[in-house]
Amino acid sequence: MAGEPLLRLDKLSTHYIAGGGLRVVRAVDEVSLTVNAGETLGIVGESGSGKSTLALTMMRVLPMAAKIVGGHMWFEGEDLVQKTDAEMREIRGKRIAMVLQDPMASLNPLFTIGNQIAEPIQVHEKVSRATAWERARALLKAVRIPSPETRVRQFPHEMSGGMRQRIVGAIGMSCEPRLLIADEPTTSLDLTIQAQYLNLLRDLQREHGLALIFITHNLGIVAKMCDQLAVMYAGRLVESGPVSRVFNAPQHPYTKALLNSIPRMGDRDHRLTAIAGQPPDLSALPRGCAFAQRCPQAFDRCRAEAPPPVSYPAPGQTARCWLVEDAPAEAVPVLAGAAV
Amino acid sequence: MTTPADIIALPSQPPRERARRRRIRIGDFPVIPTAILLVITLVAIFANQLAPHNPEIGSLTMRFKPPFWQTGGSMKYLLGTDQLGRDVLSRLIFGARVSMVVGIMAVLVAGVVGTMLGILSGYLGGWVDQVIMRITDTWLALPALTFAIFLAAIVGPSMWNIVIILGVTYWTRYARVIRGEVLSLREREFVRLAIVAGCSKWSIMARHILPNVINSAIVLGSLMLGVVIITEATLSFLGVGVPPPQPAWGLMLSDGKQGLMVGYWWLTVFPGLCIMLMVLSANLLGDWLRVKLDPQLRQL
Repeated sequence: MAGEPLLRLDKLSTHYIAGGGLRVVRAVDEVSLTVNAGETLGIVGESGSGKSTLALTMMRVLPMAAKIVGGHMWFEGEDLVQKTDAEMREIRGKRIAMVLQDPMASLNPLFTIGNQIAEPIQVHEKVSRATAWERARALLKAVRIPSPETRVRQFPHEMSGGMRQRIVGAIGMSCEPRLLIADEPTTSLDLTIQAQYLNLLRDLQREHGLALIFITHNLGIVAKMCDQLAVMYAGRLVESGPVSRVFNAPQHPYTKALLNSIPRMGDRDHRLTAIAGQPPDLSALPRGCAFAQRCPQAFDRCRAEAPPPVSYPAPGQTARCWLVEDAPAEAVPVLAGAAV
Repeated sequence: MTTPADIIALPSQPPRERARRRRIRIGDFPVIPTAILLVITLVAIFANQLAPHNPEIGSLTMRFKPPFWQTGGSMKYLLGTDQLGRDVLSRLIFGARVSMVVGIMAVLVAGVVGTMLGILSGYLGGWVDQVIMRITDTWLALPALTFAIFLAAIVGPSMWNIVIILGVTYWTRYARVIRGEVLSLREREFVRLAIVAGCSKWSIMARHILPNVINSAIVLGSLMLGVVIITEATLSFLGVGVPPPQPAWGLMLSDGKQGLMVGYWWLTVFPGLCIMLMVLSANLLGDWLRVKLDPQLRQL
């Protein structure tokens, strides 16, 4: 892990600004993260915690109302925040690719599969149509689509859901990016297809030394796929660190609550614990810690003052909580990663 | 709530339902309107071969001959002659050419301009959208016919000017409809995927948006054909359309209107019938296309 990471977010903030600045939604608030080459980072959090906005920010494809208001995104030594739109277009699809939330709808119904896989190749590498199609066939083979020769000429409606998903994956991989951002790529699939797809992604990652950012609210996928984990709450990063550490020794009360709310096989004695209350309105965040209202361990200081951006309970692990300095890491109940 | 009776009743329904739907689908194809449009098109193309007489030159000694089945009519002038002794049938045949060319070209001009502006407006949004849509609003607020007459008065009468005039009068309808369509298309995942794959705005509009709105443009075009032909006839009737020696249906109506009072009915009835048939056919075909190409209605 020596040297500069592939991607380093430094206090990145993205706000939705409405009504001429009267209403500001802090969708991503001072998020700092690192992703190393070939590594997988999982970003989890409940709906509306800013995960997807963070992904859109990294691609610089935000909706018009959203603005990057601060921070840096260092990618291979360049700050993506400073890039012009034209420069970003060179990077998107070529060096950073993305798989979207609903891959079933990600294909244009009017074009053949080959056409759509070849499109980014032609856009980015200025190769001939024939070469791009050749590459498209190879990619279909790589994502384990049977008989790519005929499939390449077919239309999206002729494919099953799992196949379309893999094709979207192939489009993401088409220009051999260094980083692939997958925004809940498996939510629309059933479980067996999900598992196949995750295996495929992992194999592709190994072959190409690709870094993956996995945005999900499925902690099972995180356990299976990820090396690093980042937990988001109300636009802020509340905890991050290696998956095994965060799962086994969560520091932030929110992470603990999240891990506790996973149903466990064979546990008939306890009711499933849920986190009481609702996440706060991102346009009217409380003065202190955003989780204070729902936190069982909150005290006066939590409500008055937001905890500092990072504390270091253990090497490589960060948490945003006043309690963390005092909490000895080993006192935390052990949650086996296999159980989730 | 579903009662057990509902559940039991269901399986017997589908085969009959399906058969009924299939029958409607096949029976729905507007055979007669399509045939009429096809005949008019063929007549327009082969006008030179089909017309028995020169449509623009008549002989004054042969004025106001009635159709052949009336007393005084002759087989030489099947549908009679007009006030200048020109053969009505030949003028109708050549008039089909004028109506077809003006109709199709005007729809094309309006369609291309309107679709392009609609896509720009819907996809780019922001101030581009504001500017285009405010122009469209203003345009729609103008009474179309008065506006067309005004334009005709400025540029002067000629067939190609009429095409341009009708094009600039009617592009707004396309712009509106296509913009709406684009607004929903641009939120679709495949457009987002193209964005994150690094495609430029222009290539997304050309490759992903345009092919998806073409259907709507075609449907709208077939419906607009009727409107455009009526407007062309109206302009000719009012004397600001296709200039006189050329045989346009609207112009024939206008020329024949005095004759109507003294019993020369064939001067107005035949061109009127032609206009009506063509517009009706275009509308029926357009309606069918709309149902056929609209994915939501197609599922029925």
